[in-house]
Amino acid sequence: MNIQIRKFYYGDIPEDTAQVGSNHSTTNENAWPLWEVFIRSKQGLDHKHAGSLHAADAAMAIENARDVYTRRQEGVSIWVIESKHVHASNPDDAEMFYEPASDKIYRHPTFYDLPDELKHM
Amino acid sequence: MMNENKLVSSTLQLADSALILGQRNAAWCAHGPILEQDIAITNITLDLIGQARNFYQYAAKLMNEADNKNETEDTLAYFRNERDFKNYLICELPNGDWAQTILRQFFLSTFQSLLFEKMMQSSDTQLAAIATKSIKEIQYHLKWSSEWVIRLGDGTEESRNRILAAVDYLWMYTGEFFIPAAYEIFNAADLQQDWLHHVAIVFEEATIPFPAENQFMQTGGKTGMHTEHLGFIIAEMQSLQRAYPGAEW
Repeated sequence: MNIQIRKFYYGDIPEDTAQVGSNHSTTNENAWPLWEVFIRSKQGLDHKHAGSLHAADAAMAIENARDVYTRRQEGVSIWVIESKHVHASNPDDAEMFYEPASDKIYRHPTFYDLPDELKHM
Repeated sequence: MMNENKLVSSTLQLADSALILGQRNAAWCAHGPILEQDIAITNITLDLIGQARNFYQYAAKLMNEADNKNETEDTLAYFRNERDFKNYLICELPNGDWAQTILRQFFLSTFQSLLFEKMMQSSDTQLAAIATKSIKEIQYHLKWSSEWVIRLGDGTEESRNRILAAVDYLWMYTGEFFIPAAYEIFNAADLQQDWLHHVAIVFEEATIPFPAENQFMQTGGKTGMHTEHLGFIIAEMQSLQRAYPGAEW
């Protein structure tokens, strides 16, 4: 049994799953490309991934992001990038990527005795 | 007294135009061509209704002070009749397709951006304050709608045909902005050249041929002489308050 779980963000239902189980062509040539949206909040120093949306071009993507993700004053700066330009690590590589780090707790700076005068560490 | 009536009428004219266009645009909610644009047009709707509220609240205050009345923003929106509404005719026209809705928004936002800039300098501090608050919203509406006009005009054959049809349909309703009504305290006639200039820039970018000069222009909205469409909008918009006066959420 092959169970596939995929995570979708608000507004992001990829065309390739729109007609699961049918024989129809699942590619919609007229669909606008997908964009990933990053928002920096007023207090934040970094842009955080907010979700994704569809837009015909970068200008429209920024405006859509403004309308969809900053309506409630969530941010003061927007980055967008077309989703196809994002390269992701392969889940199949998880073991060799991440597990070797799990038994190397000495990489955390937790074995030092800090002087009391030192704050905010 | 005469001046005060002018001020009230002018304020109501601004309120009615924002409200009726807001009501029209609101019909796109859940019907937009794509989710993101559905949210965009709905945001614009909420901006317009916010503007209308500010103007109605001010008009109600002026009316109550002058005549010891008991008007509120709600009585002005929900208990006035078709002939009392002073909105530009273009606001009440049917939404048509996306191109028609976009182009109407572009025409009005272009005009509003010029008018509100002028209103910001008004000696009436309340109107100046409302204009100052609204102009940022309007600048975004203008940017958003301008880009859509360009996208449709310079897009596919289908989108181009639709925006050209929208120009044909809407153009004769754009002259009304600049023909002053007797009560209007802001003379918009001198904004016409700027308006035409800005529209021409966007049309050129969109490769839309500029309409010929001196065409027939519809008028009447500002003085309560409306198209057949306004009655239906008002019937729908007011039905709840007419049936249950004073009903609240």
